[in-house]
Amino acid sequence: MADTILVVVEQREGKLNRVSYETLRGAQSIAAETGWTLEAAVLGSGAVVGEIANEIAKSKVAKVYALDSATCVNYTPDAYAAALKQFITDKKPTLVLMPHTYQVRDFAPKLTTSLNRTLISDATGYRKDGAKLIFVRQMFQGKFAADVSFAGESPFFATFQTGAFRGDQVENGSAAAPVEKVILDVPASAIRNKPLDIFKEAKQAVDLTQAEIIVSVGRGIKEQKNIELVQQLATALGGVIAASRPICDSGWLPMDRQVGSSGQTVAPKLYLALGISGAIQHIVGMKGARSIIAINKDSEAPIFEIADIGIVGNLFEIVPPLIEEVKKAKGA
Amino acid sequence: MKILVCMKQVPQKDAPLKLNETGTWIREDVSYEVNEPDAYALEEALRQKEKHGGEVVVITAGPARSQQVLREGLAKGADSAIHLEDPGFVGLDAFNTAKAFAAAIKEENFDLIFTGLQSDDYGYAQTGVVLAEIMGWPHATIIMQIDKQDGGIKVKRELEAGFFQHVDMPLPAVLTIQSGINKLRYATLIGIKQAKNKPLRKVTMDEVRSSLGDNMQKIEKLYIPQKTKKTEMLTGSPAEIAKQLVEKLKNEVRVL
Repeated sequence: MADTILVVVEQREGKLNRVSYETLRGAQSIAAETGWTLEAAVLGSGAVVGEIANEIAKSKVAKVYALDSATCVNYTPDAYAAALKQFITDKKPTLVLMPHTYQVRDFAPKLTTSLNRTLISDATGYRKDGAKLIFVRQMFQGKFAADVSFAGESPFFATFQTGAFRGDQVENGSAAAPVEKVILDVPASAIRNKPLDIFKEAKQAVDLTQAEIIVSVGRGIKEQKNIELVQQLATALGGVIAASRPICDSGWLPMDRQVGSSGQTVAPKLYLALGISGAIQHIVGMKGARSIIAINKDSEAPIFEIADIGIVGNLFEIVPPLIEEVKKAKGA
Repeated sequence: MKILVCMKQVPQKDAPLKLNETGTWIREDVSYEVNEPDAYALEEALRQKEKHGGEVVVITAGPARSQQVLREGLAKGADSAIHLEDPGFVGLDAFNTAKAFAAAIKEENFDLIFTGLQSDDYGYAQTGVVLAEIMGWPHATIIMQIDKQDGGIKVKRELEAGFFQHVDMPLPAVLTIQSGINKLRYATLIGIKQAKNKPLRKVTMDEVRSSLGDNMQKIEKLYIPQKTKKTEMLTGSPAEIAKQLVEKLKNEVRVL
């Protein structure tokens, strides 16, 4: 039987999560290199599944499956894992790819375990090494990359990190791919969690996504009282202050100042990172900035991997004269 | 409630790491600390115990050095500890680590198992969910709040982009805990003293080996990531750097 790659796109609250196109783009590259057939699937309940399947069918894929299970109307890990287990057991794809979203993180390890298979999670890319397919992932908070291979039998499962591929570079098909509706039967009795309301905490007061200049602060600031120094620089530059997760976890800045996978995703003209090491979860939220400047005392901090301008040094020594120089330049 | 907290010892955040001779792992002669999300998981377990009574047990898998995370857990208030002690545990994938934990606790009756949402070394974000599936328990991930209620718990899951969701679930269950769910406590001197007399059960690799399988994924090679961007490094005295930087902000970044 021919090898097949199956991309499971993400549907949330009846909408296609656009990050699915990044995974689809990665899968198209793998399909081109291996000659494997590329198929996609979307899981949910009702008409919305067909609509999303039709949208995906415009991309260059051999087929799209609209997987419909009444018990998948609201997301639960039990229903999603059981439904996909049925489908994958039946179709036997060689490789299953998904985006590394919070939803996928919630059910994919359960799915692979129930199939007695493994998941290479949060990959940033892939490589063909002879017949072997290698997935590249970050380790030790991005300080190292690892080439990881599958040792057991297919199906192989991997998830791709947000930003690993360009979603806007998905190839379209010459004609719409066929869409096949598949009814899956997951009994309601198999679902143990009861999902309730989805909500936002108190209204987000700060919309960092609109900011042109962001001065962002991380652990390197050491103490809450030092935040004031960063605020002074932000004010001098006419920008806004933001932070990495640990700063907001400590309550030094409110949660609506957080940039990263669990906070806001920003793309300012200037992102000035002070004392931020550059953990993956932070980088996914700011790597779209036009210009990234990083000041960090650790020359091996991963933030320097993506910085346009880097300064290895003590931010407490550099920021005060920087504020003065900025004020001078602005006054001139 | 009887709560198990899975903890991991990882290299300290700013420890300089070096590759081992085969280029498949780091050299082990570095400083270690508790994986940060696991510290929040422990704190949450202690708070639940303070509210509802019960017992907190900490567990880890790793060589002798990793006993330190259990000692810290006991000093902060955990009642007992389980150490799967063998250097071989470091190389297990998430599936096998979860299998080893499940084998080590098969005689115990926990209501809840907590893990941190992911580790700072591998970063799989899988062990907790895999463990739930092996135990046959429900799970929820990236948890920011836990409230006990009749017949189970209500948890607050963090979703992406600032959204949250409440989920009702029965017990026993596995939860992966998000950093920042609470404020961490420090161990007290009395706590550190008392920890020395608290029970610590050791489990050898031989005792759980029959439950493990071959790793289904293999790290072929570990390496310093290739830079995708050309970074211009500025050097000099702080005053010189400030001047250079402002020039760049004016002429290249054009924000001044």
